[in-house]
Amino acid sequence: MGDTAAKAPMRRFKVLDARPVNLDGFNVADPASGLVALSSPGDPAPSLIVRDGRIVELDGRAEEEFDTIDSFIAAHGIDLSVAESAMAMADVDLARMTVDISVPRQRVVELVGGTTPAKLARVVALLQPAELQLAMSKMRARRTPSIQAHVTNRLDDPLLLAADAASAVAYGFREVETTVPVLANAPSNAIAVLIGSQVGVPGAMAQCSIEEALELRLGLRGLTSYAETVSIYGTEQVFTDGDDTPWSKALLTAAYASRGLKMRVTSGAGSEVLMGAAEGCSMLYLESRCVSLARALGTQGVQNGGIDGAAIVASVPEGMKGLLAENLMVMLRDLESCAGNDTLVSESDIRRTAHTLPVLLGGADFIFSGYGSIPRYDNTFAISNFNADDLDDYLVLQRDWGVDGGLRTCTPEHLGRVRRRAAQAVQAVYRDLGLADYDDARVEAVVVANDSRDLPDGNPLAVQDAARVIEGQQLDVIDVVASLARTGFTEEADAIMALTQARLQGDQLQTSAIFDEQMRVLSKVTDPNDYTGPGTGYRPTPARKAEIDAIRQARTAAQLTADQDDHRDHIRLVPTGPAEVGRDPREVCVGLSPALGETVWLSLSGLPIGEVMRQIAAGIEEEGCVTRFIRIRSTIDVGMIGLSAARFSGSGVGIGLQGKGTALIHRRDLAPLANLELFSVAPQLTAGHYRALGSNAARHAKHTAPAPIFVAGTEEAITARYHARAVALVSLERTACQPQAGPLDIEVHRD
Amino acid sequence: MTEPSRLSVQGALDGSLDISDIRMTSEALVRQSSVAQEHGNPQLAANFLLASELTTMSDEEVLDLYEVLRPHRATREELDSFATDLQTRGAERCATLVREAAGVYAKRGLVR
Repeated sequence: MGDTAAKAPMRRFKVLDARPVNLDGFNVADPASGLVALSSPGDPAPSLIVRDGRIVELDGRAEEEFDTIDSFIAAHGIDLSVAESAMAMADVDLARMTVDISVPRQRVVELVGGTTPAKLARVVALLQPAELQLAMSKMRARRTPSIQAHVTNRLDDPLLLAADAASAVAYGFREVETTVPVLANAPSNAIAVLIGSQVGVPGAMAQCSIEEALELRLGLRGLTSYAETVSIYGTEQVFTDGDDTPWSKALLTAAYASRGLKMRVTSGAGSEVLMGAAEGCSMLYLESRCVSLARALGTQGVQNGGIDGAAIVASVPEGMKGLLAENLMVMLRDLESCAGNDTLVSESDIRRTAHTLPVLLGGADFIFSGYGSIPRYDNTFAISNFNADDLDDYLVLQRDWGVDGGLRTCTPEHLGRVRRRAAQAVQAVYRDLGLADYDDARVEAVVVANDSRDLPDGNPLAVQDAARVIEGQQLDVIDVVASLARTGFTEEADAIMALTQARLQGDQLQTSAIFDEQMRVLSKVTDPNDYTGPGTGYRPTPARKAEIDAIRQARTAAQLTADQDDHRDHIRLVPTGPAEVGRDPREVCVGLSPALGETVWLSLSGLPIGEVMRQIAAGIEEEGCVTRFIRIRSTIDVGMIGLSAARFSGSGVGIGLQGKGTALIHRRDLAPLANLELFSVAPQLTAGHYRALGSNAARHAKHTAPAPIFVAGTEEAITARYHARAVALVSLERTACQPQAGPLDIEVHRD
Repeated sequence: MTEPSRLSVQGALDGSLDISDIRMTSEALVRQSSVAQEHGNPQLAANFLLASELTTMSDEEVLDLYEVLRPHRATREELDSFATDLQTRGAERCATLVREAAGVYAKRGLVR
């Protein structure tokens, strides 16, 4: 290699460098700072010593050295009745049990209950990606998967929040989480989302994720139904910096339950690294401590899988796998898994999809702990890994794999109805309670808005004022119900009252509980995961399967060919009798497929078939040759049509043409598949191409050299775009085909 | 579960219903605790029993209890006396939690 070669820029690297994935940051693993996914030299070896019913050593640390996290786990988190046998098992044996369909879920849960954090981290680190997924299918607590939405906007506009909450439940989200850019607005957001989340279908639970004391206060007044931003961390330093201890979190956990609020804790690897206090441990081990602690605290579930730290985990080797392993550890500890996917983990669509897909396919209690149901711009958490503009992709993914990701297709009409109803309900309640006066024009703008930039300028203080009144008067869920009833929003008043009453039973506090749309509680208790291998576990019901399959883009063959009739009879192809072999050496025969000009009138490139035929004939005639059209009825194969045309042609050269526009040049002495020139990609063809094809056929007839025809390359997914339509057109050809019928001469009439 | 009752919405309308009527009861939590225990989660069961004690406290009392358990909020003596108060009021599980915290906080430098 010479120097000049080395200096020239490598064009392919220029292309690679410009790919979105190269905007992502990738860290070389650095165990000392905790930048390592699955194991670190700093991780302790698993150990457990019990003396007189008391844990005196946990993962290499003696009782005197326990930090607060160790102390709490040792006191509450480990089932001593199985600890000895569980800790004595080889890591790989425990790992195998998580995927062994002959070992019941319950048995695995019991054994894992006796494992220490270091032990469980080592066990899940042994699993391959496909095994992690299988283990998730088997080990998650609730049988039916579900999904949670983020519903926020930059303005904290209550009408838009309500409309977006109503949209979210229309799509199928069963938990709706909001937050605020401005803390003081929180009470208004909570009320707007509470109302919107009960429009159309009842029972979705709503959350307002804010500073913990205020969040609890809103929950105490019945304005929210659950909480999940009770954060826990894997090192004492970070825990204490967060102004909490395991005991204060235990109290908080009980406080939510005491008011009938479902709650889960949030952990997720990466946070300790971010705060520079990972103590040289791997992210998986620290997260395992969090999950053990979560179980010890008595919370029913955990939101993890990276969360805010997802991109940090993903920046190191096997980080994506680590995120999945985090979810699995929650399931193995028999807790509700709210599986993350709520942070945009990559600029690359390929990479962010690769992050979420295993969870979607394996299934989790909540596949997302915050799908961005609103556009990226309006997400005041952070941009989620999937967002409003990905909804069609997500619905198609469900359909592609036949899995239930919790969502369903919505028509624009239905969304319009529920958005208007939600915005009007909040408009009415805010007027009725003297919170704010939003006009009808704003309601209408909200109905059609994509994001908050589409709303007219309003009073910038309106939300703040409304929130101040809500706080000043300490408005609660009863006030909201009364106001909805007074203003005629009876269904929503009933739904919120029903939800409030249902909460008093407390069934929604059990592990993995959601309310379905009939207000039944689905939980580990009422809907336990019964996966024991193929043919078992959650399967969508036929009705749900139909819902998953019926994406709005799906078309029947009849729908795909409906536009053919728009071009019916733009030419008429009149048979004049059985075709004979031509005698004119200048004759080029064009064989027409069975349905062309019968039921197929428009080629895939959008040219009417009359125009395709005119161009071909013009090309032939420009070379001084003569065109003869014949109808081939016995085959729909374009090669055989072309060969038949060639055999009837005076020159021995023929053209085969299908209704969808695929065309080729053939010669009578060639094998069927050995044509002279082929236009196989019909959607790309232009009038010029067909004219050139005619010319070249004529040149072959005259034994002169054909001119090269250039069909430019394309980056379109040609088959994805056109095959559905091509199949529908081929089906019309097949219907028109008469295997025993001979070719007919055709006269073309253009009226 | 209870069907949506017109009476309840009516109660909200005529002001006969207030937030104290939709408070979680100690009995419901004790019942849920048994369910959690039967379904193999003694920690969740214990949490529900702790919660059942909190149902009799006002929101402010609960928030105060939370506050006192946060790092560096109370001295060892204050935590111990808090625990004793709770014990006296019959909130035994709360008392145990605070007592346990007091011991660990003293050891880990988390007392005021």
